[in-house]
Amino acid sequence: MKFLSEYRNQKAAEQLARAIRKKVNRPWTIMEICGGQTHTIVKNGLEDLLPREITLVHGPGCPVCVTPIELIDKAVALAKRPDVIFCSFGDMLRVPGSSKSLFDVKAEGGDVRIVYSPLDALKLAKTNPARQVVFFAVGFETTAPANAMAAWQANHDKVDNFSLLVSHVLVPPAMEALLSSHNCVVQGFLAAGHVCTVMGFEEYVPIASRYKVPIVVTGFEPLDILEGIYMTVSQLEEGRHEVENQYARAVRREGNRPAQQRIAEVFEVAPRQWRGIGEIPASGFQLRGHFQQYDANRRFPFAGEPAREAPECISGLILQGIKKPHECPAFAVKCTPENPLGAPMVSSEGACAAYYHYGRRQNQNVQSELPSPASR
Amino acid sequence: MCLAVPGRVVEIADDCDIAFRRGKVDFGGIRKEINLAYTPGVEVGDYVLVHVGFAISVIDETEAQRVFQYLEELDAVNEELGEIPQ
Repeated sequence: MKFLSEYRNQKAAEQLARAIRKKVNRPWTIMEICGGQTHTIVKNGLEDLLPREITLVHGPGCPVCVTPIELIDKAVALAKRPDVIFCSFGDMLRVPGSSKSLFDVKAEGGDVRIVYSPLDALKLAKTNPARQVVFFAVGFETTAPANAMAAWQANHDKVDNFSLLVSHVLVPPAMEALLSSHNCVVQGFLAAGHVCTVMGFEEYVPIASRYKVPIVVTGFEPLDILEGIYMTVSQLEEGRHEVENQYARAVRREGNRPAQQRIAEVFEVAPRQWRGIGEIPASGFQLRGHFQQYDANRRFPFAGEPAREAPECISGLILQGIKKPHECPAFAVKCTPENPLGAPMVSSEGACAAYYHYGRRQNQNVQSELPSPASR
Repeated sequence: MCLAVPGRVVEIADDCDIAFRRGKVDFGGIRKEINLAYTPGVEVGDYVLVHVGFAISVIDETEAQRVFQYLEELDAVNEELGEIPQ
């Protein structure tokens, strides 16, 4: 397919890897923010093309992974109700809550449906006026315009039996939380290309300058990732810390203005809990003003059991790039995609799922030792 | 979840309200109806990046070629320096 296959060309990838090898003189630790990028790296074995000096650590950019367990429990409780059709992107279904996943509820007869777009859920609400249709609106900035439009169209068309269970998170506050943590080892970032498609990249400029880290807006195909790494390493070797755009075929500096306007109309910035990480101030969206009538949290009051996380799961450390999946004692033993202890094992953007599916299960060929924080 | 796939716009249906503007997008032979509200300037034949049923960006074809031009230049420089690729 055009604009996909040419960015998977092996010869060009090797050429870029050679350029990186020529450029690098010192050890550097680079974090790719987005779980989609992690999957490209692991699936294509890109780490094996890189010089030993470069360590890639995987970031928190997996919305499924950072959705708090309390909200999964709430989704499970809603999906069990006979008057509810519960709609979600497929990724969320296997994510373990305190006692059940949405998939378990579906197996027990709950009306849980996988949809491709929030507009499909809205369509279901229109064709099922006697039922309540709840859409699990998770995502980063990339997905916010779609979810905002679903709420906006529901309001426009007066679809009263539609609501959103919102768990929207934002990338820049998470990057700041990582960078201000005492055990942060990250020296440069590959920023999430599709998030920037919507939001642009001006908001990363103060972060790059405050923490003196290069930030390169990067795409999702192997050549994108390698070029992003090349640009980041060039900055690190030259002592620069700027925001650069590798993914210029899709990302404009100012982002997508009509999408930003719709987001601002429907959502407002709010503090959010990140699973495994904790609360980060001003790190998410909630419905604003009269759109709150479409908030499933308000429509269906919920008093569930206190949430229980699997004690062995170290997903918080993995999402912050402090540990790699195969360093978890439960990895591929007690925790598998069939019986996951945490969300990163089942999300299509989860680092644990990437390591599991593409065979990165042993320490061999994987540089597991991270540089100490002192070497930053 | 931030997966977005490029496809070619093959048809645009005109709605009075831009928020409902739809079109057909071709993904290597598979055609889907996509909301085009966030790409107001898009025309038939353009490539758009699609995420959960919405076009979120129009692909810039010139920028898309940049990395390949860079690699060609790199090859030329290496040849000039007499370096043999490893």
